[in-house]
Amino acid sequence: MSSTVISHGAAHHDAHDHHQETFLTKYIFSQDHKMIAKQFLITGIVMAVFAMVLSILFRIQLAWPDTDFPILEVFLGKWAEGGRMKPEFFLSLVTIHGTMMVFFVLTAGLSGTFSNLLIPYQLGARDMASPLMNMLSYWFFFTACVIMVASFFVESGPASAGWTIYPPLSSVPTSIPGSGLGMTLWLVSMTLFIASQVLGGVNYISTVLNMRTKGMDLWKMPLTIWAFFLTAIVGLLSFPVLVSAVVLLFFDRSVGTSFYLSDLVVQGEILPNEGGSPILFQHLFWFLGHPEVYIVVMPALGLTSEIISTNSRKPIFGYHAMVYSLVGITVLSFIVWGHHMFVTGMNPFLGGVFMITTLIIAVPSAVKAFNYIATLWRGNIRFTPAMMFAIGMVSFFVSGGLTGLYLGNAALDINLHDTYFVVAHFHLVMGSASIFGMLAGVYHWYPKMFGRMMDTKLGYLHFWLTFIGAYLVFFPMHFMGIDGVPRRYYTFTAFPFMDKWISVNLLITWAAIVAGLAQVAFLWNFFASIWKGKKATQNPWNSNTLEWTTPVEHIHGNWPGEIPTVYRWPYDYSKPGHDTDFIPQTVPFSETMSSNLPHDFEGNEEAIRIQEEWNKANNREVKEG
Amino acid sequence: MKFKINNRFRAVLGCLLAVGLLFSTPSFAFQQDSLAQDTAVSAASDTVEEGQADTAATATTADTTGTAEGGEATAATATSKSSSSSAMAVDEGPQIDPQVYKNMTYYILLFLILCTVVAVVGKVLSIYELTRKMNGRYNPFANNTFQAVLMVIFLVAFLGFVYYGYAVWGDWAWRSAVTEHGERIDTMFIITTVIITIVLVLVHILLLTFPYIYRMRKGTKAYYYPHNDTIEKIWTIVPAIVLTVLVLFGFFTWRSITNVPEELQKSAIQVEVLGEQFQWQVRYPGADGVIGKRNYKLTTPMNSYGIDFNDKHAWDDIQASDIVIPVNKSVRFHIISKDIIHSFYIPDFRVQINAVPGMTNYFQFTPTMTTEDMREKMDDPKYDFIMLCNKICGSGHYNMQKKVIVVTEEEYKEWLSTQNKYFTEDLQKEFATANAEDSKELTTASLN
Repeated sequence: MSSTVISHGAAHHDAHDHHQETFLTKYIFSQDHKMIAKQFLITGIVMAVFAMVLSILFRIQLAWPDTDFPILEVFLGKWAEGGRMKPEFFLSLVTIHGTMMVFFVLTAGLSGTFSNLLIPYQLGARDMASPLMNMLSYWFFFTACVIMVASFFVESGPASAGWTIYPPLSSVPTSIPGSGLGMTLWLVSMTLFIASQVLGGVNYISTVLNMRTKGMDLWKMPLTIWAFFLTAIVGLLSFPVLVSAVVLLFFDRSVGTSFYLSDLVVQGEILPNEGGSPILFQHLFWFLGHPEVYIVVMPALGLTSEIISTNSRKPIFGYHAMVYSLVGITVLSFIVWGHHMFVTGMNPFLGGVFMITTLIIAVPSAVKAFNYIATLWRGNIRFTPAMMFAIGMVSFFVSGGLTGLYLGNAALDINLHDTYFVVAHFHLVMGSASIFGMLAGVYHWYPKMFGRMMDTKLGYLHFWLTFIGAYLVFFPMHFMGIDGVPRRYYTFTAFPFMDKWISVNLLITWAAIVAGLAQVAFLWNFFASIWKGKKATQNPWNSNTLEWTTPVEHIHGNWPGEIPTVYRWPYDYSKPGHDTDFIPQTVPFSETMSSNLPHDFEGNEEAIRIQEEWNKANNREVKEG
Repeated sequence: MKFKINNRFRAVLGCLLAVGLLFSTPSFAFQQDSLAQDTAVSAASDTVEEGQADTAATATTADTTGTAEGGEATAATATSKSSSSSAMAVDEGPQIDPQVYKNMTYYILLFLILCTVVAVVGKVLSIYELTRKMNGRYNPFANNTFQAVLMVIFLVAFLGFVYYGYAVWGDWAWRSAVTEHGERIDTMFIITTVIITIVLVLVHILLLTFPYIYRMRKGTKAYYYPHNDTIEKIWTIVPAIVLTVLVLFGFFTWRSITNVPEELQKSAIQVEVLGEQFQWQVRYPGADGVIGKRNYKLTTPMNSYGIDFNDKHAWDDIQASDIVIPVNKSVRFHIISKDIIHSFYIPDFRVQINAVPGMTNYFQFTPTMTTEDMREKMDDPKYDFIMLCNKICGSGHYNMQKKVIVVTEEEYKEWLSTQNKYFTEDLQKEFATANAEDSKELTTASLN
């Protein structure tokens, strides 16, 4: 049925016998895209658990601000003397939680994993354009993670100026202890991380542009690849700007320059810096920072598109519109960063302009959400855990995205800026949505990564606890924000008007703890299934894309024989007239005469003529739809 | 199949582990406790050392050690004198109650038991499925339907939750603005809320009922429907139109708030607010109506504000402990910062602007209700408008506040007349001597 014959017997692939694989080259310094993807994923999961534990710690502080937890002292030592967390450490927790989640989990863990895994697989390439750069990309990332975690072990504590590290707070160590060595480590870690992203991004873009297999033109690429491709472009153009911001900040801190500093009297000491502007940093930071949220969410959207289509047994609705909306988001993401700065003292007219561009970006996002729903309509929906997470992703994307209409509106943002409303908004739209996209991807492509299936029952348990937990955690926060409760407050006890939120804080913390424990179901499922899971078949989800034509056992070069040729788009699910409800991309139209539509031939008159003759001979009538 | 057998083993193993832990808990806790005692001893010895001013080097190492091991190492190097005295100081030093470890162990145990229960339930379900299969009554789509039903139940719960949120938490959170521009913001807020609530509810109804209606069952097939340009155009253009309306509305509101005509800027009451770690300072211009110059380089312990008294406008500047403003009068706030970025945020007024070192930000508004009236309206005799810091600024960020009191104009004038000036007699003396010494230098500095 497939034009490329896959034969497990023919696994003798002499061309690559000269590769002497040792443990070191196979598992550690691997240059194979599949292994690097697994490395990214597992590192990402470890970082996610770490960052999640940090969030539980500060949630405990927020729920029980007046209670001592002596056990905290056992783990945190001087940061929680007597079982009461210190305010500086609370700020460190929120800072590192944000940094790790945004950069290490949702950027590297998501893009790194699935770009590496799926770009060569779904394009029909043997590997990435540059396997060496790919390996370096991972090791830069790994080093960045180690340095970030190491900052917990320096005496003055980890960085604590918020994940946005606005100077002067981040550049003057006397203003907060975390801006000492901890901040330096943060900057070093981030520089390495950006190097990793640039190496990865260059690789993804060149692979997509140059290494597509025969027949795989751009409009036959799965939406996952479109998403990774555009994400890599956004990353490549915006991350270097963060490097410049970080390096200038490094100079301000360590060399005595004044790029961001002026007119400072910190703790009674007049600082010599003159002429800089903290606003400059904010511009540089958000020039990356805003595209970054699309770097985080676009791969999740790509994965979700693929999963929803496969499990609805129905083509994704409006493939072209989906691609164009991704392109629209890519372009617009570069001209909206100012909406993070409406109340910073940036020229108010400029704020008005940014507001217009910001609300325009909601249009392509809305199109995507509606197209997902249209894909579900009259589908034949199969609830794999991956599908559940994909539906959850769309739900979060919608409920978090809608509140963007308040925050993108400069006038409304006056009252909501930096409150819990913002926390709720981005945790839903980019935090939960992306994590759900990532988890959907893990459940869906796990058989491809490890050759085994995950347990579905634990998958459902994991989904429901996390889905409900995430809504219980983030939905009430909107109302705290409307009331004017600022984020990053160590405790709510200093203001009488916040008293009423103590009960809600308890609810949020308990929901967070339950959702956090639910992740144990995932971790158990993930790691135990590597060895004990049910053996996967070659194409467990009856999917059309090329990765499911590779053998279950990973081999160097992906396909044992020739690389497959592509004849059709990846979404021919439930095509009328065909005997199965999926037609892989490798099946030529000559083998599916009973289901071909005139539209399929893209104006190839010879093919249309042959098809019409066949139709006449077989009494088939075709309605052009 | 192999996986399922392992499942049983896991359940049994979990039980064994749980029981084992139950028995080992006391000894485990005791062990931990003795470790904690060690830590306590060494920590105590550190404090004693410092108190007795032993060798400076030892004290420094003692300072830097945070972990138990480090502490023990220091204890080993300590002199016999200090260690003997430390034994007496044990009770005073920080000590972790063994109960803490016991509690922790119980919680872990509880979780393990929960995991075991989950494993057992999973096992029971597998057995149930297996018997159904053996009886030939197994429906491969049963789970599919079950999950679809859960989706619908979730939908109902979600809509109920949203309603509860709006009705209860929304009620807690919502207080109408008490400024002129704030009322316009509120109108826009409510319009936006209506729009997004409709979209949120509709989208979720579709998103969560479609999976139920179109779930995979025996013999069902999906409808091949790759695109429909008309529908796609509609749901591109409709959001675009709605957004255009919101954008225009928002843009003009935003401009009207931030783009105040110059004559109104001048006729308003001027107040300067300076943020510093972790307090706010308020300066009124005094009788001349002009706020004097500030030069951060002139900051001294006495003149912590850094006011430049070479500028005669500064001489009558008034220091206030609270922000007091008259009702129905336009007030123009000049927001500056002494050290790092803070944010001047008054939720009730719908006012926020950052305090950025090196530049002045402005926010002009007109309050429409006095504190007294607000207290009456809220039925809370202690209610106050509050200005709080809304940009992360360090350990005291969570408690950086200033009371804002809105009064009638007479009360405002009366209050203003009772406030002290910044240019106190001490400062005048300091200024006079400094001026005599190097007046030239100061003048150039103030020009900067």
